[in-house]
Amino acid sequence: MITKQTLGMYKVFTRGGDATRATHYCAGCGHGIINKLISEALAEMGLQDKAIMVGPVGCGVFGYYYWDCGNISAAHGRAHAVATGVNRVLHDSVVLSYQGDGDLGAIGFNNAFQAASRGEHFAAFFVNNATYGMTGGQMAPTTLLGMETLTSPLGRSAQHDGYPLHVCEVFNQLAGPVYIERVSVADSTRILKAKKAIRKAIEIQRDKKGYAFVEIIAPCPTNMAIDAIKSAEFCMTVMEKEFPLHCFRDKSAEALPREEAPTPPDINTFFAADQTLDVPAALTDDSFGEVRLKFSGFGGQGILSLGHLVADAARLERRFTSWFPTYGPEQRGGAAACSVVISGKPIGSPSVDTPDVLVCMNQPSYEKFVGSVVPGGTVIVDATVTRTIEPPAGVKLVVMPAIDLSTQLGMPKAANTLMLAALSKYGVSRLKRESLLTIMANNFRKKPAFAEKNLALFEAGEKSVANT
Amino acid sequence: MTKFIKGNEAVVIGALYAGADVYFGYPITPASEIAHAAADWFPALGREFLQAECETASINMMFGAAAAGKLAITATSGPGMSLMQEGLSYMAGAELPGVIVNIMRAGPGLGNVYPEQADYNQAVKGGGHGNYQCVVLAPASIQEMCDFTQRAFALSCKYRTPAIVLSDGLLGQMMENLILPQSIMPRPDLQAWAVAGTAETRKNLVSSIFLNAPEQELHNQRLQAKYDSMRPDAAHETYLCEDAEVVLVCYGISSRIARTAAETLRSEGVKAGVFRPITLNPFPAEALCKTLVGRKALAVELSCGQFRDDLLMHLAKEGKRYQEVALVNHMGGIVMSVEEIVAAAKKLR
Repeated sequence: MITKQTLGMYKVFTRGGDATRATHYCAGCGHGIINKLISEALAEMGLQDKAIMVGPVGCGVFGYYYWDCGNISAAHGRAHAVATGVNRVLHDSVVLSYQGDGDLGAIGFNNAFQAASRGEHFAAFFVNNATYGMTGGQMAPTTLLGMETLTSPLGRSAQHDGYPLHVCEVFNQLAGPVYIERVSVADSTRILKAKKAIRKAIEIQRDKKGYAFVEIIAPCPTNMAIDAIKSAEFCMTVMEKEFPLHCFRDKSAEALPREEAPTPPDINTFFAADQTLDVPAALTDDSFGEVRLKFSGFGGQGILSLGHLVADAARLERRFTSWFPTYGPEQRGGAAACSVVISGKPIGSPSVDTPDVLVCMNQPSYEKFVGSVVPGGTVIVDATVTRTIEPPAGVKLVVMPAIDLSTQLGMPKAANTLMLAALSKYGVSRLKRESLLTIMANNFRKKPAFAEKNLALFEAGEKSVANT
Repeated sequence: MTKFIKGNEAVVIGALYAGADVYFGYPITPASEIAHAAADWFPALGREFLQAECETASINMMFGAAAAGKLAITATSGPGMSLMQEGLSYMAGAELPGVIVNIMRAGPGLGNVYPEQADYNQAVKGGGHGNYQCVVLAPASIQEMCDFTQRAFALSCKYRTPAIVLSDGLLGQMMENLILPQSIMPRPDLQAWAVAGTAETRKNLVSSIFLNAPEQELHNQRLQAKYDSMRPDAAHETYLCEDAEVVLVCYGISSRIARTAAETLRSEGVKAGVFRPITLNPFPAEALCKTLVGRKALAVELSCGQFRDDLLMHLAKEGKRYQEVALVNHMGGIVMSVEEIVAAAKKLR
């Protein structure tokens, strides 16, 4: 007989398939009490519309049969990650998660730990009954030493299975949480304290103050194979020795509410303001054909940015263009190379295996790539490279003293600008000098002094080419 | 407005213009620039960015944001994609939208960070547990990295199933000119089913549980009917196919190289064309069958033949016929050269 309607719960539970007023929990189980304490707190605070409960996998999985608020059912162990996803996009909601000891303490521990560490804005309710209830009573991270379960039939052994996990104590090492308390629902005095803790955790959400964690010791008579009273006694006499009831932290008074970000700019205005060159789209020009270039050298020589500059200049001339770098450990290992294609039509392969133009600033890349240059092509190589191999027949060789000259002129890191000058002077990229210089100037737009120096270097490079 | 940017960055621009509310992700080469750009641009534009503790967390954060009725995106590469399969199955089961970008790298296992297309089956055939499908789009240019990310959001919301943008390390790292979208896409109304912390959505439940077997079967049947209904959104592109004797069938970056190969083949007297599925799921099976009638077919892929075998399945199922489909491929992070495709195509004559 129903004497009083539970606040915050549906009047009749229909989501399980049958219209019933009874929960699915076993007699003497702690979940039913905890479900009720949460729903009453939400109802009393008038938060049911705002509340979103993220449920677990385990005995608590069917909480959504009962809670009259928004409900989301997460994967096993993932309620903290799911609740993170919710609270990050709904700042005005009251987000709650509900997980058991296997769900939170084992499979989902890192998700819970990290969310707590980040101080996510939700209240986490952690039901500790020292066992996996729903799957039939296996060992949980919180199972006590000596306790017999289906997967510790001889009793949990410290040597073999390790020790019970104290989640509150672990979380208390983190700076993120605002509130951490361990309570119990084993008797009426404890239930009243649990009610206060649950209410506080929800108030913290209402006030947008951050992460609240409440561990609740709960009896599981079915899996302990004892009656409800003995099970509650076990919680109070045995479990509390391992898991003492305690408020580990309460910073709810001093915690500041979450700040909202200022109104953002318009998206088009934002992207127009980043000062990369906005040029019209490429035009098809069948007469242009295609130029395929490869740039190579050591990392730090500005190889990738040299290729990038050339590709960007091609864009300025409304050519189709692509730039593709080496990446990953190869790049970090010191070798840098990139492929640039400049074309009068949409580009097929962006990877240049047989270049028309090879720009080479070190020995290994010269040896690696020089044989791949097509007949009629050009190799521009730094003068410091010892040419043990000659380029293939019909390939023009240009030796540029880029490293020496840039060092001589006091800009050793700008040798790539001299290679660019050679590329420009020989006309092999088929791009206009002014296009290359426009991009160079734009690249240095935030450092006008560098822009001037590099222009001077570029001109010195041109002169050096003219004199050879 | 145009920009010369990386494919990985173009994804973020596509997401922002699709109205994405949040990016969740974990760094992984060769997809990390997506997270870098998202970390810069999402907060600057009033959207949310969060680096998750692992890909399992990323996809479950996506689940949460989607359940709350918001548009979420994440990006990763093979090892991370494997970790996300759990969440993808739950999202498909709970019928949640969201976009997952996979910048494929070589595997199995840790493999390396160079381009491969070996996550084809994982993406197209579900990948996680249970009978489900994701929408799968395969861009082949920096423009499409942006545009298909937008299209992925639209299709994902339309069919309430996750959408995967299946790309690779080469497309992620290369730069081309991008023409930016002009305005943010209209926002779909997801309030009918979302749990948004409002009076209107208080009654809603997002879940993938059907404890009762007949109900679970009914849910599955409904999902299958939904996946069948996606077929009108199948898209493809043909290049030089009108008079072709050999058709190179390929998607993503492979289709770029095949394009050059088809031109080379034609200059050497072989009439070659390219058939390129744009959506890998739904697959443009009807168009494929029509294009291949009376022609030799050569699958070009950066995987072991996963794509070729799927073509055989589609031809058998859709065309009710068996057709030889030859294979030219590379695995392990090596991109095939134009010459290799040309040589393989010439062998078919």
